[in-house]
Amino acid sequence: MTPLAASVAQSLKRRARWSVLEIAFWVAAFASIWLLPQKHLILTETAILALFALSLDLILGYAGIISLGQAAFFGTAGYFAGLVAKYGLINDPVLALVCSGLVAAALGFVTSFLVLRGSDLTRLMVTLGVSLMLGELANRYSDITGGADGLQGVTVAPILGLFAFDMFGHTGYVYCLSVLFVCFLVARRLVYSPFGLSLRAIKGNALRSGAIGIPVNARLVAIYTLSAGFAGMAGALLTQTTAFCSLDVLSLQRSADLLLVLIIGGTGYLYGGLIGAVIYKFMQDWIATLTPQYWQFWIGLLLVVIVLVGRDRMAAWHEAARAALARFFTRALAWRRRPALGGAAPDGR
Amino acid sequence: MAILETIGLAKRFGGIVAAADVTLAIEKGARHALIGPNGAGKTTVINLLSGVLEPTAGRILLDGRDITALDSHQRVRLGMARTFQINQLFLDLTPLEAVALAMSERFGLGFDCWRLVGHKGAVADEAAEIVERFHLADVMDERTAILPYGKQRLLEIALAFACRPRVLFLDEPAAGVPQAERHELLATIAALPADVTVLLIEHDMDLVFSFADRISVLVNGALFVDGAPDEVARDPRVKAVYLGEELDA
Repeated sequence: MTPLAASVAQSLKRRARWSVLEIAFWVAAFASIWLLPQKHLILTETAILALFALSLDLILGYAGIISLGQAAFFGTAGYFAGLVAKYGLINDPVLALVCSGLVAAALGFVTSFLVLRGSDLTRLMVTLGVSLMLGELANRYSDITGGADGLQGVTVAPILGLFAFDMFGHTGYVYCLSVLFVCFLVARRLVYSPFGLSLRAIKGNALRSGAIGIPVNARLVAIYTLSAGFAGMAGALLTQTTAFCSLDVLSLQRSADLLLVLIIGGTGYLYGGLIGAVIYKFMQDWIATLTPQYWQFWIGLLLVVIVLVGRDRMAAWHEAARAALARFFTRALAWRRRPALGGAAPDGR
Repeated sequence: MAILETIGLAKRFGGIVAAADVTLAIEKGARHALIGPNGAGKTTVINLLSGVLEPTAGRILLDGRDITALDSHQRVRLGMARTFQINQLFLDLTPLEAVALAMSERFGLGFDCWRLVGHKGAVADEAAEIVERFHLADVMDERTAILPYGKQRLLEIALAFACRPRVLFLDEPAAGVPQAERHELLATIAALPADVTVLLIEHDMDLVFSFADRISVLVNGALFVDGAPDEVARDPRVKAVYLGEELDA
């Protein structure tokens, strides 16, 4: 192997390396199971929203498909999970979760062909249209969905037959966080794979993507289907942890909030949806205690500020913060090691 | 033997004729140049050949097989690749990522969503070869958007070459490249392997006549003259419509 080939291989491998910040993020997330037991209900909602936002990031941040209709998949799978639990068709929650995801993915596959052509605006309208239709169908067939009253009488069996859901949300949070983590790992593998790289290429330049042999439409169908599956699992988690499902799972508000969450956190680096969900949920929680009725005013203000400040400047701040944190960690580690290394220790840089 | 043929290829945009009845044969291993005044339809021909545009009439044959109805990416699979007159690059990717991507697609790994890019050793090895051949080794980990224009032009060809084409279309590869960066680019083009058939569009007559072993002249969307470089250079009609223009300038 030539030295260049070795450094090329090295460089390709380095892309997917876990950074200290990523590890810290997940350690903190799992530590919250023990450190924040009184916050588990809101953390459950946060984990579900994070998974939902992750699903949008896969199509928006990576493949460049903007959508105002992710709620279609969220809601469909939410009702599916509710119905199978209510009628005892699939008793194990994990199996029901996977099946709900598959149902949503099937719906995603069928509707993906509508978003292949056209501009951002047509995609927004088409995805919005699909979710509006599903919302009204759920409203119309209220004998199945429970209509405006919501789906009543859902009882969710213990996870794996062992862990029953409790009213404080402890089981629910561990369950949702675990599902989020597994889905995140899948997404992370995906974005660093040839498939994931081809999505970024398509987002950047679809014309050139075709000219280097990428079947653009087939890739978009594939990622849209997977994204729908993730959104569906988020919807199923909401139904399972609340033992309830109502029409608002299919609402435009839900899709719009989702876009907001992802924009707050930033697109195209996988953590945007997760960080956005944390900020959104905790801002909601905190502001709602101050001004219960008008909390969305502040979310709106935040959105305006984000847009005005601009993504580039925020990315620069983010980069600076990241570098500072990385320096801090390296220094801290070097400081810890120093006694063992004696006088020969490096100067901590 | 002709590797690529067009039969009566035509493209109309509404009432405008961009290409009219172009019947062209490109020999295997040829260095074929397609020249003509601005607006003659040269890029239209490349767009038709590479599948970016659908022809209004006519057929395209690769190795005798009709490929007129195939999409861009299917033609790449069959061994045709192109560059663009105006850079069409992946600005957010690094040159290495872009080359490794083209490589992965060629190895049929495009739907692999589990393993890392370059997991297959051949991808990294061949990516290294390409990065070296196109003088991109020193910038391979930079974002494409911030590369100097000359390097971007090299990457433009590198991406096409990474598809390992049997037929390569170069659409004005040297256009706009500053003098200082030009030599590297021209040397790279001259050093393309002999078994790759090249169809070159270019305005720079020095490059055309030093590179091509056959020249086709396109005027107003129609094939005007087709022959060896010295024949074309001697042809009084060509001088009149095209070279005259250049010499006056």
